[in-house]
Amino acid sequence: MSRELIYSLVLSVLMVTAPHAPHLPVWTSALGATLLIWRSYLAYSGRPLPGRSALLAITIASLFAILFEFHTLFGREVGITLLGLLASLKLLEIRNRRDAMALIYLCCFSIIVNFFYSQSLATGFYLIATLLVITVSWVHLNMPASAFKPRLKVASTLLLQALPLTLILFLLFPRIQGPLWGLPQDAYSSKSGLDDKMSPGSMAHLILSDDVAFRVRYKGHVPRRDQMYWRGPVLWDFNGTTWVRGKAGDVVPPLLSDASDPVEYEVTLEPNDKNWLFALDMPDGITVPARLTYDFQAISPKPIHERIIYDARSELSYRANLHESDAQLARALRLPPNIDPKTIALAREWRAQSSSDEQVIGHALAYFHNQNFRYTLDPRPSGSIDEFLFSTREGYCEHYASGFVFLMRAAGIPARVVTGYQGGEYNSIGRYYIVRQSDAHAWAEVWLKGSGWRRVDPTAAISPERVERGLSTVQSPGLAISEGAAWLHGLRMNWDALSYQWNQWVIGYNSENQQAYLSRMGLTSAAQRIAYLALILGFIVLLFALYMLRFLFMKKTDRAQRAWLRVCRKLERAGLPRLQHEGPQDYAMRVAASRPDLSFNIHEIADLYIQLRYADSKEDKARLDRLSSAFRP
Amino acid sequence: MTQNLQNVIAQAEAAILGKPRQIRCALACVIARGHLLIEDVPGVGKTTLAHVLARTLGLQFSRIQFTSDLLPADILGVSVFERDNNQFRFHPGPIFSQMLLADEVNRATPKAQSALLEAMEEHQVTIEGETRKLPEPFFVIATQNPSHQIGTYPLPESQLDRFLMRIQMGYPDPVAERGLLSGTDRREIIAGLKPQMDAAELLELQQRAKKVFVSDALLDYVQALLRHTRESAQYEQGLSPRAGLALLSAARAWALIDGRNAVIPEDVQSVLPGVVSHRLPMAGDPADLIEAVAIP
Repeated sequence: MSRELIYSLVLSVLMVTAPHAPHLPVWTSALGATLLIWRSYLAYSGRPLPGRSALLAITIASLFAILFEFHTLFGREVGITLLGLLASLKLLEIRNRRDAMALIYLCCFSIIVNFFYSQSLATGFYLIATLLVITVSWVHLNMPASAFKPRLKVASTLLLQALPLTLILFLLFPRIQGPLWGLPQDAYSSKSGLDDKMSPGSMAHLILSDDVAFRVRYKGHVPRRDQMYWRGPVLWDFNGTTWVRGKAGDVVPPLLSDASDPVEYEVTLEPNDKNWLFALDMPDGITVPARLTYDFQAISPKPIHERIIYDARSELSYRANLHESDAQLARALRLPPNIDPKTIALAREWRAQSSSDEQVIGHALAYFHNQNFRYTLDPRPSGSIDEFLFSTREGYCEHYASGFVFLMRAAGIPARVVTGYQGGEYNSIGRYYIVRQSDAHAWAEVWLKGSGWRRVDPTAAISPERVERGLSTVQSPGLAISEGAAWLHGLRMNWDALSYQWNQWVIGYNSENQQAYLSRMGLTSAAQRIAYLALILGFIVLLFALYMLRFLFMKKTDRAQRAWLRVCRKLERAGLPRLQHEGPQDYAMRVAASRPDLSFNIHEIADLYIQLRYADSKEDKARLDRLSSAFRP
Repeated sequence: MTQNLQNVIAQAEAAILGKPRQIRCALACVIARGHLLIEDVPGVGKTTLAHVLARTLGLQFSRIQFTSDLLPADILGVSVFERDNNQFRFHPGPIFSQMLLADEVNRATPKAQSALLEAMEEHQVTIEGETRKLPEPFFVIATQNPSHQIGTYPLPESQLDRFLMRIQMGYPDPVAERGLLSGTDRREIIAGLKPQMDAAELLELQQRAKKVFVSDALLDYVQALLRHTRESAQYEQGLSPRAGLALLSAARAWALIDGRNAVIPEDVQSVLPGVVSHRLPMAGDPADLIEAVAIP
């Protein structure tokens, strides 16, 4: 085992295991790194490998440590830890070719494990690079004498040659429904995202998160920014600090009347581990199995554990549930007893001054607008609505939504809090909107007789930019994108556009897409599909076999003949094909007759070929190779 | 040696106008220790070719005109009782010569024909229990007239096989014919020809021809040719292994005439029409065979 090969194998193991470091216990990463460094040092210094007993001791100790850490030897994390540690340990006992082969196979297998955690484009690129490193090691093992560059060339060629088969298998191999091999439950570790309850400060962590919630591509006309309210959970019940969804009593089904201004769009939803599908106010139709709750939230029957793509349709102008049930209206007026007396007093005062519900709403919005309220993501803590409305007067969407709904209920107008996302960032490269967790938003809905539930966004009264231009303008006013960061922003948009395509076409190629795609090709039944898959695979195997057979017969065609045939091919391209029965001498004469400029060269080549192939000659075969390569008809 | 060979060719070509191929074929037959059958109408120079070759190669020449009453003894010779010393003495027939022209061989009876053909094959004759070697080199040019078949005994196919090549003289092209008509009498020219080599040199050439190198690649080609005649529906029956051997020895001689020490496919192709045409009954143009088989 050459030193270089060991380094190459160490690099392979390192690249395959390194991405797991963040989600495994620190000591395992440290142990793995130590083993790799140790192995590299042994290779560097030429010292002997540790004995079997030492390795056995380390292995058993690590097993116990893993058992102690995880309390089990089964499961995904444990499996990965074991795989990584054993690969590192295997490196320490590489003595012959077979050991190296085993390690290379192990590395290849470990590549797939990485996809349990991330299937992003970046991961894809990284793992292709890893595969290349592994393949280079593999080639090195089989061509020990070669230099790095030819090794890299062979490895790259091999991977490129595998590409067509990969594509065919990607398109035709039955897609596994659901996550790979039924990933264990811990695969769905808590993801950041909206919650189905809201208390002051609960959204703050979201608003600082850059994670993508979903991406939207509009078909046809694009709504105004202040119409892009992505509806999530609707919260009804308030206990003084926290809004929750609560239990509904008697409900009427969701019904839109006088709906107009429809907008259609495609949503690529990142997994949120909830059943929520996001759609614009108010959703009217969705292509995946879903139902609308009584308060117009789209709900999927299954939790969204993997990225899904759906088309949806919404009505931007509507009257929602004109005839709401009395139980629900009563619920939308309920307030916890004996809290926030000042707020209730204020609301009653407005009620007394106003002749209609609209006027009360106007009073409230004007109050937010005029009383020096401030939109900030870092407000002074306010324990109650009273405190927020009368002393701190600082907060962001959830404070305003909460305060507003409280005021409305106190004034006798049915109201509820709606959470979701607002706006989104336009990616001009991919022509879609990215909605991030930071676009999380909360707003209010009031029920007015004759117009049903109507959206009121109190945040817009305090910080209209938040709604019109997005959160980033609020965070650093006037400096949303500084000059220096412009190219970075451009890069980010490009990358996101690429990821979007990746998600759409590669990750998003699920069993339904495959079904649709194959049906379009005329393969409808499963049996037919399997038959075609078998046919194509068989064909590939056949081609491969023929290719190998060619090599079998190639032994008969000696080097001189190959060189001669090369010359013949060149002349054929030049318009002077050799007849199948034409001997070298005749051919050379014919070529020389029609191309006198080639006369000398072709005769030299033909004579040498005759010498090498038909005479018992010890002429230099390499010379014919050179002549045939240099021959330019 | 090669120079002598070139002189032979040059002199023969000067004497027989416009027939370089036939000259070379005949020469290849001599060098390959085979025999030549010329099939053509009278008067196209069959006899002239034999005469010219014999004189140019410095060979002792005799000629038998085959007729229907020809007896084997007329070819092989006969033992005659000599009264002087009171015993039989063998009088060798015309076959005891280095070059024999058997004119119109198909006009003799099969008995006479087979006497000639057996001698050709074995380079010896057995008369009255005594085996006599024929001189070396020994070369027979037999001629056959394809027309006027009445009263003739065409050589059976099995006997045709004894000839290494069968060629046709063909009419001369206009230029050659002009030269022929305007030039000196052929018989005078032949009389004035000088031998360009002797029998010993010819024997040495024959030995050298046997040593001309044949590579595996060329054997592949010859086998491909043979296989094609056996597998193709175009041929009633394929070429025999003896035909393959004949093809190879003729090609070796051809390569030697061309000044090469190894056989190339072109040599095989050059001799192939002469070698196979009488061994492939009812099979059109031998050129078809060449074109049908790729050189491996």
